[in-house]
Amino acid sequence: MRYSLLSLLANAVSGHKAWKPQWRDAAPQSAYDVVIVGGGGHGLATAYYLAKEHGITNVAVLEKGWIGGGNVGRNTTIIRSNYLLHGNIPLYELSMQLWEKLEQDLNYNAMISQRGVLNLFHSDGQRDAYARRGNAMRIHGVDAELLDREGVRKLYPFLNFDAARFPIQGGLLQRRGGTARHDAVAWGYARGASDRGVDIVQNCEVTGFTIADGRVTGVRTSRGEIRARKVAIAVAGSSSRVAAMASFRLPIESHVLQAFVSEGLKPIIPGVITFGAGHFYISQSDKGGLVFGGDIDGYNSYAQRGNLPCVEDVCEGGMALMPAIGRARVLRSWAGLVDMSMDGSPIIDRAPVDGLFVNAGWCYGGFKATPGSGFVFAHLIARDAPHPAATRFRLDRFRTGNIIDEKGQGAQPNLH
Amino acid sequence: MTQAQRLAAGGLVDRSTPVSFSFDGKPFTGFAGDTLASALLANGVRLVGRSFKYHRPRGIFSAGPEEPNALVELRAGARREPNTKATCVELYDGLSAESQNRWPSLAFDLHAVNQFASPLLVAGFYYKTFMWPSAFWERLYEPAIRRAAGLGRLSGESDPDSYEKATAFCDLLVIGAGPAGLAAALVAGRAGVRVILAESDFVLGGRLNCETHEIDGAPGSAWARQAEDELATLPNVRIMRRTSVFGVYDGECGAIERVADHMPAPPEHAPRQRLWKIVARQTILATGAVERSIVFGGNDRPGVMLGSAMRTYVNRFAAAPGRRIAVFTTGDDGWRTARDLRTAGLSVECVVDTRHTIAPDVLSLTGDTAVYLGSHVVDAFGGHGLRSIDIRDAGGIRKRVAVDALAVSGGWNPDVALATHLGASPTWSDAKAAFLATEPPRSMALAGAAAGHWTLAEALHDGGTLGMDAATRYGHPQLAQPRFRTSDEATEVQACWHVGGARSKAFVDLQNDVTDRDIALAAREGFRSVEHLKRYTTLGMATDQGRTSNVGGLAIMAELTGRTIAETGTTRARPPHIPVAIGAFAGLHRDTHFKPTRLTSGHQWATGQGATFVDAGQWLRAQWFARPGETDWLQSVTREVRTVRSAVGVCDVSTLGKIALTGPDVGTFLDRIYINTFSTLDVGKVRYGVMLREDGFVMDDGTTARLAPDHWMMSTTTANAAKVMQHLEFCHQVLWPELDVQMVSVTEQWAQYAVAGPRSRALLQQLLGTVADLSNEAFPYLACREFRCGSLPVRLYRISFSGELAYEIAVPANYGDALAQALIDAGRDLGVAPYGTEALSVMRIEKGHVAGNEINGQTIASDLGLGRMMSTRKDYVGRVMAARPALVDSKRPSLVGLKPVDPAARLRAGAHFVARGVPASPETDDGYMTSTAFSPTLGHWIGLGLLADGPRRTGERLRAYDPVRAGDVDVEVVPPVFVDPKGERLRA
Repeated sequence: MRYSLLSLLANAVSGHKAWKPQWRDAAPQSAYDVVIVGGGGHGLATAYYLAKEHGITNVAVLEKGWIGGGNVGRNTTIIRSNYLLHGNIPLYELSMQLWEKLEQDLNYNAMISQRGVLNLFHSDGQRDAYARRGNAMRIHGVDAELLDREGVRKLYPFLNFDAARFPIQGGLLQRRGGTARHDAVAWGYARGASDRGVDIVQNCEVTGFTIADGRVTGVRTSRGEIRARKVAIAVAGSSSRVAAMASFRLPIESHVLQAFVSEGLKPIIPGVITFGAGHFYISQSDKGGLVFGGDIDGYNSYAQRGNLPCVEDVCEGGMALMPAIGRARVLRSWAGLVDMSMDGSPIIDRAPVDGLFVNAGWCYGGFKATPGSGFVFAHLIARDAPHPAATRFRLDRFRTGNIIDEKGQGAQPNLH
Repeated sequence: MTQAQRLAAGGLVDRSTPVSFSFDGKPFTGFAGDTLASALLANGVRLVGRSFKYHRPRGIFSAGPEEPNALVELRAGARREPNTKATCVELYDGLSAESQNRWPSLAFDLHAVNQFASPLLVAGFYYKTFMWPSAFWERLYEPAIRRAAGLGRLSGESDPDSYEKATAFCDLLVIGAGPAGLAAALVAGRAGVRVILAESDFVLGGRLNCETHEIDGAPGSAWARQAEDELATLPNVRIMRRTSVFGVYDGECGAIERVADHMPAPPEHAPRQRLWKIVARQTILATGAVERSIVFGGNDRPGVMLGSAMRTYVNRFAAAPGRRIAVFTTGDDGWRTARDLRTAGLSVECVVDTRHTIAPDVLSLTGDTAVYLGSHVVDAFGGHGLRSIDIRDAGGIRKRVAVDALAVSGGWNPDVALATHLGASPTWSDAKAAFLATEPPRSMALAGAAAGHWTLAEALHDGGTLGMDAATRYGHPQLAQPRFRTSDEATEVQACWHVGGARSKAFVDLQNDVTDRDIALAAREGFRSVEHLKRYTTLGMATDQGRTSNVGGLAIMAELTGRTIAETGTTRARPPHIPVAIGAFAGLHRDTHFKPTRLTSGHQWATGQGATFVDAGQWLRAQWFARPGETDWLQSVTREVRTVRSAVGVCDVSTLGKIALTGPDVGTFLDRIYINTFSTLDVGKVRYGVMLREDGFVMDDGTTARLAPDHWMMSTTTANAAKVMQHLEFCHQVLWPELDVQMVSVTEQWAQYAVAGPRSRALLQQLLGTVADLSNEAFPYLACREFRCGSLPVRLYRISFSGELAYEIAVPANYGDALAQALIDAGRDLGVAPYGTEALSVMRIEKGHVAGNEINGQTIASDLGLGRMMSTRKDYVGRVMAARPALVDSKRPSLVGLKPVDPAARLRAGAHFVARGVPASPETDDGYMTSTAFSPTLGHWIGLGLLADGPRRTGERLRAYDPVRAGDVDVEVVPPVFVDPKGERLRA
């Protein structure tokens, strides 16, 4: 059923009795052309673009729990393409362009809101680093503006300009950046994929891969064996564990990233702000909650829970930047498992098993990439060749040295 | 104002202490011991808030943190606290509160028009519309939605109050000072166990203050006072009132103490709140239970209230929730509400029980009150206050009864959230009709209602038993477990979530306006898992954290989907258990105290010299020293550079990392750390070294001096001091523990100054006199030595960052200011001047030395022109990875110098290099400018940059492409050393 104000009106008249499930809760078939492991944002987007762009519809998305229950529903909803390196910018910009058309494409309002992403700087060195980044973005046709202190003050007068330990000197603004309603992204893709014939199979945990002569032939699941010509893995947070089932290792560590939301408040923060003298980023949701986060907890973990030191660190950053939020209360915090890769960039490549593909290592930047990731992953699966915007996310780049290290932190995953 | 609804007698409020307050600007009076909610009720205020979506009029619904309706903006000005639950605010004299999320007034709220559009505004309606035209979302739809959404308002001003943090340790943490908690604390405390008893409320006792129970013949509240008095005498027991434990984390609990929230403003030097980390060997969760509502038409009308809350208002606060009250219950509990209301002299119109048979002793609690068994309240009516209810009796007949308040009792949810923060979800018990924490964390036990043990006798027994367990576990002498004599209570309850056939809206989540129909819609659209239900409808995501809505909502979903509640499951609770102010988590680390400020030992001297300071990490460093008449920083910096290049300058370099290494194996150790060899370094010599990360990229550079055969001194960059120390420790402890090396950071133990310029030798000779012979022969370039000036050790290194004849001189940190002054005094006749980091930077760029802008974690040694330092005769950290194909590619961007084609043009770091005459594109992007400076020596701007295949492109002209700033500048590629490329000056 197409969604529109008219269909909403028509259903309101009939008491909303006629709405159908937004996606089919399918039972698994015995065989598919493509099986996607993981019903998160990236997996669902991949299924959608396989069907839409490549006409491959005999596809199943297998999710061990309920779709959208992983990182696509556990992030701070920020979308942006303000990257520095040539390896990264094309993918995130492709993603941004897909975000910009997503609602009309999916016929689902995921509340893509381009209210701007501002990265603050506090020193001459940071300013020059942001100039380098802004120029790199402009070279790729991405919007970027370098604001001075007064430019920032005009946008955000309530920031701490007067009594700051590290005074704000300016910021790099991407006006096309913003936020999206994260859950709706998963649901919209699920609906779009399901409408095109993709089976979305919930409560179906993959427990192993069937491999013959070095080629994947299917998966074993909690709901039986499923044959597949191609299998794609998109299970950020659990990537290493799933890869281990196919007997290969990934250069990834699993870490905990917390996020926070405050009680609902009348609008105070229009866009997304990131602090440059500490790790803190914040926006305000349409519902009124301040949505914010900071650093990962820093230790390897598969537990979806965080600890107090990191909560304090994040809030210290918040109070250094905008002491006006001191009396706002944290309503909920939650933790997601993030795939921290060795250079801070993702892996979108063929696995060392024929017919098996892997999409992993998103660190804590996976949400913004959801449409682009699905788009290029679908391309890779369908054509067995990388999409032009994603040629460098190779699994072997750590061996060749062609790493994509935005922060220059080196092979220490918890620092990316 | 009179307190018209205050009962004539009873309650625990202090009638001798009246307290004035205002709500929406209207003055009222309450009593000490009231909450804002009880005082409002006592004054007959029924309409206190508006709901989130439909702006429905709402009244006080509960008496605790589960309150979904009565949210106010407390206090004014910069202290305004939005979304404050009136039920948790302790009344103080002068309190002012405003209702929120309404316009123009609480009684007349124009947004209530949303109710007429409610057929459209169903769960998730926004996902289906506002899509056309696409540009209208940011411009029109979203701004309107954002304006309408949100609850209270932040002040927009900096929070004026302070917050503290503290840590406490104990054997036994008891969370909740109701009967179970008090009993546990008493028993364990008497035995000598170190106990912390944390209670959210401002009085201890929990439900004992709200019920008419008796313990050992005394009223429950009196027993609680007695217990409190005894606990206060025990030195091993700490009572923390107004303290809510909000989270259970690995190894500790988080708690928030509201130190001054019951006062108009914190007393001088006192914090508003204190964040506690409590480390306990054992925790007893005695948090009680939260009563459930029942979903029926109009169940949100002001006057509809949880039955237990009514008992609280009547018994504890002597405030009447209404005058003509009905009770709607699914269990025995509602009958006690009716009894207590009658005892307080209020008229109970009827008791409506969903059950058909009631135990006779329960039935007898309410005397001659009208009783409807097997019946339901279907609809409640009234705008700003409840006027009547419709009852559907066992025969299906509707009957209207005029009432002004309705007590609702739908059973109890044990407050188990804290038992699930570490991971295990609660499980449904059919026997208890509740979710129980069956797998609490190892060191946690549950007591009383939190464990689903509803009666007072069970609560006291649980507490006593667990208190005894703690005494035994922690080795304290056994005392006999006390027995508490209490009356028995009937606690039968029937699970009943939802009354069908309502004519008006029936709410599941009061604050977020989630109705039973929204849940049905979610089920219809496939949002059947509890997580989907929550996210699609916003059920349970309000500021009450789902306390009154979650279980009801998922039970309705279970019914709709033909599953049991156990199969449906519940969402996982996440910290914080009560909302906690962001300021409290931040504590003192805000504003200028966000991070420590590190000052060098010569800071005072520099201040006296008129220094302008700049942040270098946490350090403050002198950036330049303006002289009278200088109006522009560039003027000062240019003068400082010229002084160094022509005479002598003094610069504080104490912030550079200094690591002392001792032991016979330091040489071997450094050979493995640095890419070049150090073991061959002679005593009394310094060498420049470069170290790599394991992945082959440059980590840091600096000099290391050999002061004695087994005593070495490494210097690092300011930025990487800690990182290098960490790296060395890792290498030693993990990789090569067999090496006999000791190391310690002495960055803050030494004050160190660069003395640079052609007259630097003369200056130092003047200072040191006969102590040292500084002639080129006796103390050549890269020499080092420790001298004694009297009793003072002085270290001298002949090293140069500026490219001039230069030294660095170090003394114990106490003498920083004195050394700096002595250097200036000694150089007065030589034309000495202090110089700052800006001049330092200009001269290192003139000299082509790399610094943080080049050593940015993305460059390898050969990128920086340092490739030839990589020894081929030994192993070192990063050697193998540095041989990866992409790292030996000769086309990598490498260090070059740049000068503007137009000598007047300014260069800026961050500009990218693009060939002239071609559009900038990813394919034509050849690198970027890393550092720039105005060179006083050359009289124009110069730059360093990383350029693809750079060293082979000397003489080429390029565009420095800088669209985010001024625009483009044409530049010429030159060698990166602008001044004294042969290095004659520094060896002079």
